[in-house]
Amino acid sequence: MSSLSEAFLTSVQLIISADPDLYEIIFLSMRITLSAVAIACLIGFPLGAALAVLRFPGRGTLIVLVNALMGLPPVVVGLTVYLLLSATGPFGPLRLLYTPAAMIAAQTILVTPIVVALTRQTIAELDREYDETLRAMHASRIDTIGTLLWDARFQLMTASLAGLGRALAEVGAVMIVGGNINHATRVMTTSIALETAKGELSMALALGIILVSLTIAINASAFLLNSLLEQRVYA
Amino acid sequence: MIRRCLIMLLATLAPQMAACDSFIILQSTTSTQNSGLYDSILPRFSAETGIEVRVVAVGSGQALRNASDCNGEVVITHDPAAEAEFVNAGFASRRHDLMRNDFVLIGPGDDPGDAQSAGDIISAMRHLADGKFPFVSRGDNSGTHRRELQLWNLAGLNPAGSWYRETGTGMGATLNIAVGMNTYALTDRATWLRFGNRQHHRILFEGGSELANQYSIMAVDPQRCPGINAEAADIFLRWMLSQSGQAAIASFTLGDVILFEPNSSGN
Repeated sequence: MSSLSEAFLTSVQLIISADPDLYEIIFLSMRITLSAVAIACLIGFPLGAALAVLRFPGRGTLIVLVNALMGLPPVVVGLTVYLLLSATGPFGPLRLLYTPAAMIAAQTILVTPIVVALTRQTIAELDREYDETLRAMHASRIDTIGTLLWDARFQLMTASLAGLGRALAEVGAVMIVGGNINHATRVMTTSIALETAKGELSMALALGIILVSLTIAINASAFLLNSLLEQRVYA
Repeated sequence: MIRRCLIMLLATLAPQMAACDSFIILQSTTSTQNSGLYDSILPRFSAETGIEVRVVAVGSGQALRNASDCNGEVVITHDPAAEAEFVNAGFASRRHDLMRNDFVLIGPGDDPGDAQSAGDIISAMRHLADGKFPFVSRGDNSGTHRRELQLWNLAGLNPAGSWYRETGTGMGATLNIAVGMNTYALTDRATWLRFGNRQHHRILFEGGSELANQYSIMAVDPQRCPGINAEAADIFLRWMLSQSGQAAIASFTLGDVILFEPNSSGN
């Protein structure tokens, strides 16, 4: 119990002291995670909507596959990206291993299936609701996907937040492809792992408290923004 | 939304393109990082030479593996047999002694397995195995793990059973488990002395040539890995073996204990 309260105290001290190393780590975490989620949304929204609207052979298999990929083990993704980006691997000449770009790539692979699967479900529900109207308007498949995505934009926030949560909390992949290099690729989760390894448990927990608070703050602002915008649209 | 995403993407990738000035990747064993050695000595090197050293701290086995994939310029490890293989396979022209300390056997303060009274580490480990006193092993092919296996081997034992647990993780994580499960473990002295979660655990056996822990440094051969920053790697290797590097290592102390005793043969 004492180490828990010690951790709370340390986390408050860390935030108040405006420790530049801490802010560097938080900033890098946010940069990597937001980039990965943005790319995942760019790919995942249209792909998920297409899976919901289009009918083609193998669609069921694809849906099962995407749903299963939501559970991709981060350490396997990390290892795969490591082998791809490794100097002796196919993308070696890009020299991306142990850079934030490699970490973004790994997290994008982790997050995209989540965005695709949740988008597909949201759009499929909306599609049932809109089906007759869209059919009466003789909307093309592309138009249908566009309309549905636009009208589902508030619900799709949940898909991107789910992805964001996964990326912010993940340590296995970024540890392998980033290397937890101080001032280069050290993020919140890898710092927590390092402090734990040093036996500095209250420092590790303090960083954990900051990370959880950050996640809550992001979700709260997304929720507020969403409801503000929704009010403007539907009022 | 899409425009915003693209801008964010470009902003993310752009700094990488610009930041291609002189740096090297050091593939390293964990003890040197977890103990804080690099935080203490690397700023001096960077100030003197303008070369940034980016440390990837993993077990010695993984460090050598990463380096043989050409993902790094220099390796610092403590597994002489694996280092010799690395040199024989042509990944480095030679290994250099860099510094040393020793391994220690740690365990519960009340020492139920009576490791303290043993005459040498081999008999101490026999005590533990005979009484099936819980022991946690790194189990990760690291330098410390390989030494532990050698010690069991010297004792003529093949540890197995519920008293012997392989954690498959780094030194620090293994020490946390040893403390949490109240078991014995083998660790390097520097990591133990700097470890923040010792609780009632303490060193129960130390000393003897079997527990000597030699760290070495090797530069990856640029003929084997043409893309690496061999020039900067050479400057770093020479500095670490030089008087200034060795003095920097010696000045990393806890109280008045030197955590890594420099022992390069000069260069």
